[in-house]
Parts: sequence; C-alpha cells; structure tokens
Amino acid sequence: MKLTEIVDLINGELLTQENEYKKDITGAMGADLMSDVLASIKPEAALLTGLCNPQVVRTALIADIRTIIFVRGKNPDRETIRIANEEEIPLITTNLGMFEACGILHQAGLLSYELPANDDCA
Amino acid sequence: MTDEHSQVSDEFAESITRTEELAYELRIHEVMTENVHCLPPDIKLEEALDIFQKERFSGAPVIANGDLVGLISIEDLIRALRAGNLDVNVSEYMTTKLVTVREYDPVVEALKTFARTKFGRLPVLDKQGKLVGIITKGDISNGLLTALQRDYHAEELIRYRASHLFEDIVSHRTSLILRYEIRKGDFIHGGNASSNIKRALLRLGATPQIARRCGIAVYEAEMNLIIHTDHGGTLRVEVEPHKITMEAYDDGPGIEDVEQAMKPGYSTATNEIREMGFGAGMGLVNIKRCVDEMRLISSRDRGTNLYMIMYLEDKDNNLNTVN
Repeated sequence: MKLTEIVDLINGELLTQENEYKKDITGAMGADLMSDVLASIKPEAALLTGLCNPQVVRTALIADIRTIIFVRGKNPDRETIRIANEEEIPLITTNLGMFEACGILHQAGLLSYELPANDDCA
Repeated sequence: MTDEHSQVSDEFAESITRTEELAYELRIHEVMTENVHCLPPDIKLEEALDIFQKERFSGAPVIANGDLVGLISIEDLIRALRAGNLDVNVSEYMTTKLVTVREYDPVVEALKTFARTKFGRLPVLDKQGKLVGIITKGDISNGLLTALQRDYHAEELIRYRASHLFEDIVSHRTSLILRYEIRKGDFIHGGNASSNIKRALLRLGATPQIARRCGIAVYEAEMNLIIHTDHGGTLRVEVEPHKITMEAYDDGPGIEDVEQAMKPGYSTATNEIREMGFGAGMGLVNIKRCVDEMRLISSRDRGTNLYMIMYLEDKDNNLNTVN
C-alpha cells in the first residue's frame, strides 16, 4: 500500500515533508509502549500509536519502521518532526482512534506485523 | 541574500527540500559551462550562423580584446535572417545590455536572475570581470541532479570504506570502540546514541538483521541509563570482525534484586516514565532475546554493568567477509 493511500484511508495528514516514498507498506502494528514495539514489531511495518514524543521516531529508526501514524489527533512537537524529516520517516496524524484506524487499515489489506512476544526479535 | 530571506521562519525552514538547500549551497562555477566558444564582434552573421549550425549552439558570448562586449543568440540570428541582413557584423545584432552573474555566487542568484530577466543564458564573470563561463537553466538542472546523486553516493562510499576497515588493518586482534555518555533524565536525546550505533554497524557491514537486534538491545540499555541511574552512564560498543560487545555501565544506584529485575513485567519506573512509553518491565527481557549473550552485574555500592554480546560466527554475518 502506498503512503498516500494510507493517508486517504484514515483521513490523515502527512506531517513530514513530502518525499517520494517508493517503498510500499504491507503491514502494521498498534501500540503505545515502546518496549512492546521493540519486542514485537516486524521490520518495515507502519506503527500506529498514541504516544507522541521523539522516542517514537528513535524507536522507529531502531526497529526499521517505515511510517508512524499518530491516532486520536495527536500532533508531535517540532523536535520530533525534525528528527523524522532527518531520518526520512514519514509521520501521519489522524483524528481516528486507535481501534478504528487499525480496523480500517487491516480491512484495506495491511497485515498484522506484530509478532508473538516469545518469538525471536530479528 | 535579501532581507526577506534572512528572516526565514523555522516553520518555513523545515519545509525546505534538499534541492532548495542545494540551490543555496552550490556555487555558480560548479554548474556552469566552462571553455565557452566565443565569437569576435567583427565576423559576419553568416559566419556566426555556420558556427551555430555546426556546433549546435543557441548562443555565444562576444569577446573583444579579452573583454566581454555582448551576447549573440539564435534569436538575434533569426531577427537578422528575417531582415535578410546576414552580411553585417555580429556587433550589429548582438545584445549589449548584459546581465551577468558572478562565479562564486550561489546558484539561487542565477535562478532569480533568470526569473527576473527572461534571458536564456547568463555570462559568468570572475572577480576581475572577465568571462569564465556561461550558465543556462539546463546547467542548473544538471548540476542539482549531479549534486543529489553525489549526496546519495557519499553514504554508499562511507559504508564501503567502513566495511573494509577490518580487512585493511592487520593486527592480531583489531577492534573498534565506540563510546557514548548518556545523561540521566535526558529523554530528548534518548535513543540518539543507539541510532548512531545502529548506523555505525550498518556502515561496518553488519546485516540489517544484526544491526536491528543490536540496535534494539542497546536502545533499551540506553533508556535504562536515562531512566534508572543516579548520574547517567556510558554505552561502550566494541566491534570486532566476529563479535559485537555492547556494554552499559553506571555508578548507581544498582539493582537490589537482579533476578527479579529480569522478570518480564517487573518495573520500578514511575508513572511519568510509563506515560512516555517506557517502564513496562520489558527492557531487560527484550535485550536478552535480541543478543546471543547477556550478563547483568549489579551491586548497591558499585552500580550496574550490563554486557550484551552478539556473535558473528556465521560466515554471512562476519564483518570482514562483507563484499
């Protein structure tokens, strides 16, 4: 799925500069605890989260996350957006809640990129 | 730069693309065409037309005694053709009201001049006012594209050089040590060191999987230093061709019950820290799952030492066998 499709589907807004994101997004995970994300997310996923600080972008960077979607209309501060632009991780915000945003994207074909916690994290 | 540009707001600055940045960074002499074919003012237009046709020129500077005196373009020649007037000197039809740019000005100056004047080409002068080249919009496009490509290759080159580090240096045991000081409570920069470590490992030729696993382990360790220590601590990463040793150490307060600290879900973090998405009691558990070997040594008087080791025994993962 293209980034622009995701933005359209969840009626979101792209917060980072518009680059040409060639890489498709095929799966996602929703979580607010960064340790859960680090433990369970598969590489190249989209992350839906209600957490809104620079650590989310750093977590994305470490865990090879392709894009971050902030739910419930959350807007990250400028420092967070700056890091995301620098690291080329697109940020999207949507007014939808976590459940609804996840539901829409899952129904539209995004797979669950959340591993059971006892799996290897690689 | 005009005043209007010196007052760029932060919001505006954030929206500037790399290409726009390059228009300010690149200098005109870096993108212009040098060694331009110049014409003397006293040749006939007929002759100029032959040269233009043969060399596929669309314009040329006119030089007399080493000084730029005009610019003759294909449009000027068309005017002369229409008037059936090719038997006069170039100087009769050339443009003499010249708009020039300087070789060390940023490319954006040329772009502004193009927008203002509608000229297709601008003579480029050096400090002494001598012609050193010609710049067209095509030159600028080419220059920007080349520079963007150079940006891209620069990262590849760094990676290539770094990944050959262990091959190029001969010793009985070569290792590279990276150190990062982590301050207590520095959430703003939390994860910065880990991002740098992950990037360094990739540059050194680690596979994305290895870099990711090391990154996750060291990130959890970094956040532990920020959250749980008295004064912060140090991250130390020793990279060897067959092994990556990551160490996080601090001078207190130490962990009272190491066994309990290793239990999933056990945490001493405050609500404030949980609100930031950490302190779920999964950090050490995560680390253990990501690395091949983990050791946690802690005491109330000496603080905590966390060792995380990743072996690169597998030939594909070995850092000095990377193509």
